[in-house]
Amino acid sequence: MALADWEIVIGLETHAQLKTASKIFSGAATAFGAPPNSQASAVDIALPGTLPVLNRAAVEHAIRFGLAVGGRIAPRSVFARKNYFYPDLPKGYQISQFEQPVVSGGGLAIRTGGGEAAQEKFVRLTRAHLEEDAGKSLHEDFHGRTGIDLNRAGTPLLEIVSEPDMRSAEEAVAYARALHALVRWIGVCDGNMQEGSFRCDANVSVRRQGSERLGTRREIKNLNSFRFLQQAIEFEARWQIETLEDGGRIEQATVLFDPASGETRAMRSKEEAHDYRYFPDPDLRPLAISEAWIDEIRAGLPELPQAMQARFARDYGLSAYDAGALTASRETAAFFEEAVAAAVALPGEAAGAAALAKLCANWTMGELAARLNREEKDIAEAPLAPAQLAGLVARIADGTISGKMAKEVFDALWHGEGGGAAGAADAIIAARGLKQISDSGALEKIIDEVLAANQKSVEEYRAGKEKAFNALVGQAMKASRGKANPQQVAELLKRKLAG
Amino acid sequence: MSLDLDQVRRIADLARIALAEGEAERVRDELNGVFALIGRMQAVDAAGVEPMAHGQDLAQRLREDRVTEADRHADFQKIAPETEAGLYLVPKVIE
Repeated sequence: MALADWEIVIGLETHAQLKTASKIFSGAATAFGAPPNSQASAVDIALPGTLPVLNRAAVEHAIRFGLAVGGRIAPRSVFARKNYFYPDLPKGYQISQFEQPVVSGGGLAIRTGGGEAAQEKFVRLTRAHLEEDAGKSLHEDFHGRTGIDLNRAGTPLLEIVSEPDMRSAEEAVAYARALHALVRWIGVCDGNMQEGSFRCDANVSVRRQGSERLGTRREIKNLNSFRFLQQAIEFEARWQIETLEDGGRIEQATVLFDPASGETRAMRSKEEAHDYRYFPDPDLRPLAISEAWIDEIRAGLPELPQAMQARFARDYGLSAYDAGALTASRETAAFFEEAVAAAVALPGEAAGAAALAKLCANWTMGELAARLNREEKDIAEAPLAPAQLAGLVARIADGTISGKMAKEVFDALWHGEGGGAAGAADAIIAARGLKQISDSGALEKIIDEVLAANQKSVEEYRAGKEKAFNALVGQAMKASRGKANPQQVAELLKRKLAG
Repeated sequence: MSLDLDQVRRIADLARIALAEGEAERVRDELNGVFALIGRMQAVDAAGVEPMAHGQDLAQRLREDRVTEADRHADFQKIAPETEAGLYLVPKVIE
């Protein structure tokens, strides 16, 4: 099979649960994990005579999203009924939007690959519309019956539909991640994938390289992790290519991904395709969104990740990769910026903003991120404050401590040593005697001793063995109990061995 | 435009309406009568007229995002044929 002969075409439909206290059309709560049906009001369970009333906050979130992706906000949009029968949909229809969605157009920049191979791409959005979620069906444990919990029924969703602009599973994941970061950034969705607050359907088709026509697509439903999204698309694309190369045909279908086997399988073929018979919901008049309302929401938008990335690159000289990683979440970006500001403001600081920013970036994305990850903590729960990191970074910048010592100081800060202020790192350095020996007189003395005691290595080095040099550096570092600056040691050694 | 019997049966099926054998033809004729009316309306030149989504030319009222509903599932479930542990029970459905 020649995978390279084929192009994979992917579009994503994402359901983001909007962060509201109450449902989209009723005053019932949306909190996750409540006892079954305790948050299903008369509207949510579709008692006769009840009427939906639209939640202003849900509309605001949709507008906020539309502005953040550069989409058009419809001054007038319409709610429609999408008709189908299922027990967890008590009305027999879902209130959604069809012909006039609240947001259309816009798009999202994504980045794939790292370093030299990094690529940027713009994924266009088709639309984003408001709709209500359905309830939950529980198929087990009820002696052959299905249990229905309608707590989720009526939860506000924003369905975000992309154009088929992605060409690999990697791009699809990059898009989903960028979207996930954005909805959290602007505060419209909590992004909790375990609880189903952010879930993706992937439309996948394949075509011969160079072909203009789209192949028949199959839709993979309900992918609730980035890993599953990647695996499901890879499996599905391979399956389609093999099927076509074996002379088969792709039938339009909805498929499910089985995480246990890593395979996709058809759920129902679209032959008996659902005909949703959309029509405008007579219970809901058109939604009017004024320019003034849009302006008000625009004024309240935070600086967006892309703008912030550009600013980080411009103001701090950070690479696109660093700027991207630091703006993975608003909290991370804020931590970084506070650390830089605190470092620059330290008395007697001479390293310059760019050098300090680079160090803050490295430590925020490196040691701090790794630690948080290991302890499954959010950056908001980090036991050290940006100012404390700034104090540490300043001592690395001025050569007081080595990278290795800095890790020790970081660990001490993490465990609450040294107090809470920017001076914490200094307190730890003093208490533990961690200062590097940068006084060259003291260092020269150590090196002379090391050279005298390691004549064999000296001879080997002079005979051309580079390894012997490293051994001498190691000995000198050891003799200084790790307090020497390795770079300075290497320079001095070279000079002495040459002379 | 007019409907044939297969289309009528399919629409009935989608709408979960049971049609007895003889009924399908009567329903088809009635629906085709409606289609004739739609045909006359389609013939009107409506170029430049905004499609109407609602009979009232008013925008919809919005509700503040506040939880106003208490848990009343015990009341609601009094009229449900079968419940267990707070859940409504229905015949098994699985795709």
